Amino acid sequence: MRLDVILRIAAKLMIPFIMLFAIYVQFHGHYSPGGGFQAGVIIAAAVILYAIVFGISAALRVMPRAAVEFMVPLGVGIYAGTGIVSMLLGRPFLDYDPLLADPVAGQYWGVFIVEVGVLVTVAGAMLAIFYAFALRGRP
Amino acid sequence: MVLLTLIAAITVGIIRLKNLFAVVVLFSAYSFLMASVMLVLDAVDVALTEAAVGAGISTVLLLGALYLTKSEEAPARFSSLVPLLVAGGTAVILVWGTWGLPDFGSATSPVNTGVGSEYIARSYEETHIPNVVTAVLASYRGFDTLGEVTVVFTAAIGVMMLLNRGRGKGETQGEADGVGGGENGEG
Repeated sequence: MRLDVILRIAAKLMIPFIMLFAIYVQFHGHYSPGGGFQAGVIIAAAVILYAIVFGISAALRVMPRAAVEFMVPLGVGIYAGTGIVSMLLGRPFLDYDPLLADPVAGQYWGVFIVEVGVLVTVAGAMLAIFYAFALRGRP
Repeated sequence: MVLLTLIAAITVGIIRLKNLFAVVVLFSAYSFLMASVMLVLDAVDVALTEAAVGAGISTVLLLGALYLTKSEEAPARFSSLVPLLVAGGTAVILVWGTWGLPDFGSATSPVNTGVGSEYIARSYEETHIPNVVTAVLASYRGFDTLGEVTVVFTAAIGVMMLLNRGRGKGETQGEADGVGGGENGEG
């Protein structure tokens, strides 16, 4: 069990930077390549690395299974909810113009919210699928 | 060209190998090379996705699936002649189809003369998002991306329902209930 000390230390050093990179990809997606989908996958990759190195039960303490499975529909809800809000404001579904007083700013922040929805669903889905494989056969 | 040659070599390796562990590792290398190809074609968004999903997550998931089964390929029960003919025929049709495509990067192709130039001209004024890809994906084609997210959602639900069957058996709660069963899974 002590033989994997290099792996553990390396993973410990890398995981914060992977998370930071995911946040960068998410919030800098307006300016550089990336967005919700890529960031969600990178977040899931960080948690999966943690699970592989430190064991699945440690990962379950960080990201409980119920929370992950709740994230899957939550992101779709955020996305579709944004569209419904713009419908309630009297414009077509997923038209971000009316979200703020300035239509351009509405577009900007509408895209931002929608990308958060994508992030939540993708990260949740990837982790849910990983947990489904890793925990199969366990009580 | 070098990348495509490497991809072809890896594909042959994937077909020839019987050990599924090696096949999974080769798939990962294949995805990394595909990501490099996308990078060369200036499709950085796609490259990022391919590297993260293809080379990263899907490798882990395939290894996880391998852990549940045997790591040697079962011997083929049927002759591979008919699949070979189907695959070869499809390849011929695809190559034949590429002859009708406009030249790569041609300024007169429909991609560059139609709605694409419109996006490039208008997206910054209308959304103040410098990255046109983000603006197109999330705003102009918001419906498309919503559908994509729904696909991911459906895939996750499907895998959970397939693999979690029997989870919580013997417990008082029902069998394949997604979130409800989640609390049982931890305990």
